[in-house]
This record gives sequence, C-alpha cells and structure tokens, in this order.
Amino acid sequence: MALITVNQASFAYDGRCVAQGLDFQVDTGDYLCIVGENGSGKSTLMKGILGIKKPFSGEIIFGGGLQQREIGYLPQQTVIQRDFPASVQEVVLSGCLSDKEFRPFYTSKNKKTAMFTMKKLHIDYLAKHCFRELSEGQKQRVLLARALCATEKLLLLDEPTAGLDPLATVDLYRVIDEINREGITVIMVSHDMSAAVTYAKHILHMHYKPLFYGTKEDYVSSSVGKLFTEGGIA
Amino acid sequence: MSIAAMFSNPVITSIVVKALVVGVFVSLCASLLGVSLVLKRYSMIGDGLSHVGFGAIAIATALNLQQEYTLEISVPIVVVAAFCILRLSEHSKIKGDAAIALLSTSAIAVGSLIYEKAGTGSSGDMCSSLFGNTSILNITNKDLLLSLALSVVVLVLFGAFYNRIFSITFDENFGQATGIRVGTYKMLIAILTAITIVLGMRMLGTVMISGMIIFPALTSMRVCKSFRAVILCSAVVSVICFVFGFFTASLLGLRTGPTVITVDLMAFLLFSVAGRLTGKG
Repeated sequence: MALITVNQASFAYDGRCVAQGLDFQVDTGDYLCIVGENGSGKSTLMKGILGIKKPFSGEIIFGGGLQQREIGYLPQQTVIQRDFPASVQEVVLSGCLSDKEFRPFYTSKNKKTAMFTMKKLHIDYLAKHCFRELSEGQKQRVLLARALCATEKLLLLDEPTAGLDPLATVDLYRVIDEINREGITVIMVSHDMSAAVTYAKHILHMHYKPLFYGTKEDYVSSSVGKLFTEGGIA
Repeated sequence: MSIAAMFSNPVITSIVVKALVVGVFVSLCASLLGVSLVLKRYSMIGDGLSHVGFGAIAIATALNLQQEYTLEISVPIVVVAAFCILRLSEHSKIKGDAAIALLSTSAIAVGSLIYEKAGTGSSGDMCSSLFGNTSILNITNKDLLLSLALSVVVLVLFGAFYNRIFSITFDENFGQATGIRVGTYKMLIAILTAITIVLGMRMLGTVMISGMIIFPALTSMRVCKSFRAVILCSAVVSVICFVFGFFTASLLGLRTGPTVITVDLMAFLLFSVAGRLTGKG
C-alpha cells in the first residue's frame, strides 16, 4: 500500500526550478534513502513531503491512512539547541503536540507514549537529564524518540548521523533499522552512501532531477550507483 | 523616603502599593516571555519594541497633555510595531538585526523631535520616559485596572500556550512539520512582549524595560537544567529583583528603572558564579 505517492512533482524558489521530474511512491514498511550532493534538491523534496513547501507542479498524495501531520520528523540540530536548557522528557513530550485538537497540557496518554518511546530507545534513564549535556549520539536518540511520539507510520530523517562519531553512527543506524523492521516506514536523506546501500530497500539519487530510483540491488549495479558507491560518498 | 514613611500616610501608601502591584505583574510577564525571546535569539526584538515605546509615549504626550490616555495610545502602536518587526525580519531584504536597529533609532529620533516640539517638553520629561521616574509613579485607578487586566491576559495566554511555546522555541522545523502554526505563535509572543513593554516602560523607562525581559532568563539559565525550571526560576528572580530594586530606589531617591536593572545585574553575576561552582553553567 502506498503511503506517499509523488506524482510528477517539481519544486521552485522564486520561479527557479530546483527539483523536477519527481515521480515515485513509498510503500508501507519501505526504507527509502534519498542521496545526492548538497543543493541537489534533497532538502526541498523533504520539505515538500512535510508540507512546508508546496510543489510548483504535480502533487504529493498521502495514502494508507497517513496524514501529512503524522510524519515523525528528525531535523538537523540547530545552533539554538546547543545551549538550550531542556530536560530529555520535555523534548520527547513535545513530539506529542499538534494543533489538530487544542489541549493546553499533555494528557496522561501523551506521557505514557513519551515514556514508551524513551524505553524503546533505551534513554528512559536520561529522562531528567539536561539535553544540552548529552553526547551527540544520545541527543539523536532523544530527537528520534520525539519523532516517534509524533508518528505511528512514517519517519523522515534528515542526515541523522551528521556530527556523530563512527561508533554512534553505527549504533543509530541499527536503531533506525530496528524501528523499520517493526513496521514503521523510513525515509532518510543522507550523504552516507555506504549506509544507504547497507540499510535501505529503495534508493532515490537526486541531482535536480532523479538520476536513479529503484531498489538498492539495482542501484548498486547501475551506472550511477557504480560511479558513486565506488567513491563511497555522494 | 524611608519605608516607614511610605506606609504611614494612606495616600502615599496607596500610590506605593499600586506601583508595586503593577511592577510585580509586569516583572512576571517580562520574565516568562524573556525565556523564549532569549533562547530564540530574539532579545533584540524586546529592545527594538521598547524604543518604539519611547516614540509611542512621545506621541501620546503630544496628543494628550494630561497624559490620561498614554496606555491606550501606546499599546496599539507598539503591538503594530511588534507585527512589523517580525514581518520585516523574516520577509524583507533588510534582515533581522538591521531591521530592528532601523526601527529603534527611527522611533527614538522621531520621539525626541516630538518631545522638543510638542512643548510639554522639558528635558526632564524625556529623561523620565527613557530611564523611568525619580519618584514613585502615580498610577491612576483606571491605569491600574488596565495594567492588571492586560498582565493577566499575558499570563493566561502564556500558560495556555506554554507547551507550544516550548516546542517552537526549541525546534521550529519540527513544530512546523507536526502541524503547529509556528507563525501564529511567534506573532503571539511578539504581541505579548509588546503589551508587557508598554505596561512596564513608564515605571522603569523605555531603555531599561528590555533588561527586565532579558536578565531573569539569562540569570536562571546559569543554573537551571530544564525549561520549566528556567521559567519558574526566572519568575521568582524577576519579582524579587523588582521588589528589592523598587524599595532601594525609593529609600535612596534613585530612579526605579536603573536601580531594578542593577539589582538584576547583580543577581546575574551571583548566579553565574553559582553556575560555575556547581559546574552546571
């Protein structure tokens, strides 16, 4: 069942096209890796899926009972977060918020969800800790837990391992892989070619337009795939 | 004036109590909003708005010489300015800090010209609106009620949107993705800040009020580890510093605004040292 269908979509800033010819679908349980150089339109496509940026032409259709607001998003960390005084629990709980139905305070169900995702990612012992004092790997787990609070179906990860040391990187990929095995669909934007071909099921290689879209196996043997995987990094 | 003298005469007592009550409420509002503004790197918005407040008071003074409607005239002007600053800093070619600097200096320039030409104008007046009165501000009952009502609105809205304010302060992108109306809440913060500034600026002075927004947040951030702790600590620090500064100023015959801010500065230094010693800062 297709969760997301991108139908001949293109994106433009100030009338200048930055990504076009996007035509693919993401099925339930899929693990799609979007790779490509900086400025290749990856981030724009991601904003399109999140509904922050409207397509210039074409459309993005949600199916399988997925609402656009139910995507668990793991954005890149910002400068603001570096010295932000917040406890892990506060950060994770904020994933439960939405404006769909207005409640000023968290419900006990929200708190249970937050605790559940923290346990799942083995960070429940950090609940009262200060976010800014955690290691980079722990921070990403916290933000991943927050994303899981916001979704039951789809995770969208933006360069999740940027700034992590090699051990923490492997660790985070393993966690994401586990989550995917449990049935949550994953879309990951990444520079990391070797991870893409290790963990993803489908690969979309962007360069203003899709250079390749298909299964990982086909990608590795394709000419585009060979060119980039041999270099290791796109 | 000694503290005993403040409370010996019922007329003076009522003036002191009214000023104290308004001051405490404004300190509360300022400290809560300040946390979000400081963390979001929007401190300059508070500063810009307070300068616009100076222009607004100048206009109000020129329009009604009895100064009867200062609040009613200033609140809308500063709220509109808050709206413009956010718009300017996000959608125009003049970016954030430059847009605010532009607005600040323009407001001060126009304000001071109005003061000079409107004629009520001794330089004493201008000095009072910049740095606050030397004597305790005599607040009319109407202004007292209006100030309390607006403060309560600010506090209630802040409480109701507390979790959303946390979310967009911590991570705007995530909030936007989960369907939080980020723009609306940012505007809400700016408007609440505008109201708070107008309420506090006559007592503390337009140049000093932004300190009251920024200091308590920065002070609490030296030692607190969670957002909620920072919020609570800011509120407490802000009110204590205000009350202490208020009475110190009265006892020594100093201007309220600069005295309160100096107390805030001392609290900040104290907390910084405490933060260093406990290794949390």
